[in-house]
Amino acid sequence: MNPPTARRRALSLRLLVVVGAVAAALALLGVSGLADTLVYYRTPAEVLAEVPAEDERLRLGGLVQAGSLERVGPEARFTVTDGVASVPVVYLGALPAVFAEGQGAVVEGRLGSDGVFVGDLVLVKHSNEYQPIGEAG
Amino acid sequence: MRRTPVRGDGLLSAAAAVAVAAALVLALVVAPQDGVQGVAQRLMYVHVPAAWVAYLAFATVLVSSVLYLVRRELRWDRYAQAAAELGVGLTALAIALGMLWGRPVWGVWWTWDARLVTTAVLLLVYVAYLGVRRTADDPHVAARRSAAVGIVAFLNVPVVHFSVVWWRTLHQPPTVLGPEGSPPIHPTMAWALATGVVAFTLLAVLVVRRRVARLGAEAADPAAVPPGREAPPVVTVVPRAGR
Repeated sequence: MNPPTARRRALSLRLLVVVGAVAAALALLGVSGLADTLVYYRTPAEVLAEVPAEDERLRLGGLVQAGSLERVGPEARFTVTDGVASVPVVYLGALPAVFAEGQGAVVEGRLGSDGVFVGDLVLVKHSNEYQPIGEAG
Repeated sequence: MRRTPVRGDGLLSAAAAVAVAAALVLALVVAPQDGVQGVAQRLMYVHVPAAWVAYLAFATVLVSSVLYLVRRELRWDRYAQAAAELGVGLTALAIALGMLWGRPVWGVWWTWDARLVTTAVLLLVYVAYLGVRRTADDPHVAARRSAAVGIVAFLNVPVVHFSVVWWRTLHQPPTVLGPEGSPPIHPTMAWALATGVVAFTLLAVLVVRRRVARLGAEAADPAAVPPGREAPPVVTVVPRAGR
């Protein structure tokens, strides 16, 4: 006995939903660019060892060097370091409230031919430590 | 709404209510403010429990799926369904709370780092699992297919959890369930987090038990109209006779 057509139609609709969800998951992986995602940012040592093309957009990550932050008008200048190498950064825009010297940061932008990294987005990378003020280790 | 009574629910509800109240007080009042992130860090007390209890729900799907395949009892299939539905909701909640936390601290709602992408994939995979559950009319055929997908899908959970250890991400590595021994967290904050996890877990057990009881009642009496699909009550408007 054949199932009623309406039921069959409902079944194929369900299959469509399933296939759609799987396809969406794969598409998501594709869009994100798996390689970029697995290594979210490059360290200053990596950037200096393999200098990117001038039009290549990349993420530079590390610690904001203590004493390096200066604000000139709307412009912020600071140095990102990994303890081995460091790259000076210039960023035009408002820094996130949590941004601070000695803390982690990831900057999106391009490395200029003068060796200064021109950022257009600054993200704060915070540690996995949670302590009240004064007890921060 | 009609409730399906489940034995032991009264005690469980009371315990959950106490845990929720304690978690709220600890998270909002007792726990000290984080020195770096400020008040936004308090989102940890709900974001982390949502993620962990989602893992727990997906582990329940895994175990129930294996039990179904071994015993061939639809009861285990109902546990798998209830746990998967809860896990999908909690994963979505963890993502939403993570976005609310990311905006003030990282500076963005979303970014394509490995933790965020693998979590989004986890959510979609279990949405697909819920779809697979309904691809057959024969409950045992549906249960068998679901069990296979429910077991394989669990591979995503360790990938999500270890994404921040295996790959370089914006998301911080785990504080409590990390590879190192002592978690770098203030003891009072750790207590607030632990209480939050207990509260979420008790609520999850309550929800899954109720859902399983309801699914069982529906299976036992297919003629009964499932809730929410009843015809709306007929309201007849009789015009009042004018005076």
